[in-house]
Amino acid sequence: MKIRKLAKTWFSKLGHDRIAMVCLAIIGVYVGVALLTAMGWVATPWDRVVGGNYQAPSLAAPSLWFGTDIFGRSVFYKMIHGAQVALSIGFLSALISIPLGVTLGALAGYLGGWVDDVIVWFYTTFSSIPSILLLIAIAFVLGKGMTTVYIAIGITSWVGLCRVIRGEFMKHKEREYVLAAQSLGASTFSRIFKHILPKVFHQVIISFALQFQYAIKSEVVLSYLGLGAQGRPSWGLMIDDAKLVIGRGLWWELTAATLGMFFLLLALNVFSDSLRDALDPKLSTTFK
Amino acid sequence: MLFAIGRRVLNVIPILLGVSGIVFVLFNGVGGDPTYQMLGRHASAQQIEELRHELGLDQPKWKQFVLYLKQVATFDFGRSYKTKQNIGEMIRNGMGPSLSLAVPAFLATLLCALTIALVAAYSRGSWLDRGLSICCVMGMSISALVYILFGQKFLAYEWGWFPISGYDSQFPQMLGYIALPALIWIVVSLGADVRYFRAALLDEVTQDYVRTARAKGLSEPWIFFKHILKNAMIPVITYVVIEIPFLMMGSFLLENFFGIPGLGSITVEALTDSDFPVLKAMVTLFSLLFVFGQLLTDILYTVVDPRVRIS
Repeated sequence: MKIRKLAKTWFSKLGHDRIAMVCLAIIGVYVGVALLTAMGWVATPWDRVVGGNYQAPSLAAPSLWFGTDIFGRSVFYKMIHGAQVALSIGFLSALISIPLGVTLGALAGYLGGWVDDVIVWFYTTFSSIPSILLLIAIAFVLGKGMTTVYIAIGITSWVGLCRVIRGEFMKHKEREYVLAAQSLGASTFSRIFKHILPKVFHQVIISFALQFQYAIKSEVVLSYLGLGAQGRPSWGLMIDDAKLVIGRGLWWELTAATLGMFFLLLALNVFSDSLRDALDPKLSTTFK
Repeated sequence: MLFAIGRRVLNVIPILLGVSGIVFVLFNGVGGDPTYQMLGRHASAQQIEELRHELGLDQPKWKQFVLYLKQVATFDFGRSYKTKQNIGEMIRNGMGPSLSLAVPAFLATLLCALTIALVAAYSRGSWLDRGLSICCVMGMSISALVYILFGQKFLAYEWGWFPISGYDSQFPQMLGYIALPALIWIVVSLGADVRYFRAALLDEVTQDYVRTARAKGLSEPWIFFKHILKNAMIPVITYVVIEIPFLMMGSFLLENFFGIPGLGSITVEALTDSDFPVLKAMVTLFSLLFVFGQLLTDILYTVVDPRVRIS
């Protein structure tokens, strides 16, 4: 009930922003494509040989729109499957970073005192290690594979949200509605998670959109370093493959991966800005 | 003021311990035993035992941690597993090439980004501002690797404007090799920087002192370049100082790709060779640099800004 009400107010703030809605639609298309490929309904199987190796793009069949790779597999199908990998990395890494950031931030901001000191120390320590190096180090020690990618990206991206949530809780805990809840006998747990959290939840949504951008870009770097996805076609792996052959003028794999990433990142980027402007006006990046 | 500075310096100690703790847990706890990797598949149990003893891995964990803290304090990280080279020496050798790319590229980026941000902020709300914003967002939506690949392909390979890769530590020859990586560096970081600086400038536009200046009848360009720019420098400087430790690493992708033998390349090579101590030393080194960079910023603020001193 509460969530529906919240979603309604958010939507009313954002709904008239036409560009944001277009971006949301683009993101929706990506999610749809990812779901369809996950179900196995489109572009399957991606590893079937559809032509000669490094065949140039042609309009003869959809599978040849972006040509073929070294084994004669369709680059277009790989690009579509890349969306699934990218979105799954975004979602699953957010499943790690958002609960971590929200819980620690809420506890630090609401409880204050030594709890706050410990949590602030913890995240300051974490953010003192350059995130790219921490990302590499985690991926390195955990070994190759998708799980590693989820964990490494999740663990390196919670500090920003934690800081913001902590600040919001510090502001909110002295507000009258919280004091009223307290005098009515609401427990600390319920004050934190039932009363204050919904009021600051828009920060989580904003952070979710940012998480995706970070995740998609990080996946490319990890794949380049040989620490990324294995045995699944990701945009990072496509770019990594393309680096060896781009000198020979085989541009289509790189182009396909770039286009796949470009529209998703662009939509996410613009959408998260609009979200921030609509839900958190004091952080507005555009001049009104 | 000395008290405030002293407190900040003391604050660094638990952070340093925490950073060392995380790095130690990652490499000595989660990371597993590097001896298997070093000796290969056909090592005997005795060989493994000997190597573990040699590397101090048979010691209890707390003793290993104390040893690691000693390494951090003395900046002596031992030798590379792969090349048996002294890691301190590797870092010293790598610093030059890294800085020779990073410093000019960083300064040029800063200059370009500030100029563009000024133009955008001054013409805020106009089509020019909007167009620049769109360009920034579009530029940020492309992976850095793509810029590198296309840049090398066209500017170096096809059109031959720059050498394809390589490095020369002699001064005038060096320029040719760092020009293309530096150019790509600028393009990659411009989008985010311009947006940040523009936002910092626009934060000042709505301040009371700007209204006062306008009420006094000062001209708009004068207000902008004299008052707003000066005040917006605070967030800009913070941003710059935070970036400085990363300059040493340069962009490891760029270094690796263009064959510049800097710290970034060393890191990537250590990664592909599973060279534990080198990677550990790199993570430690840059974390320390980051912590001290932050400390320096804090101290500068304490000196410069009286408001920080009181709170």
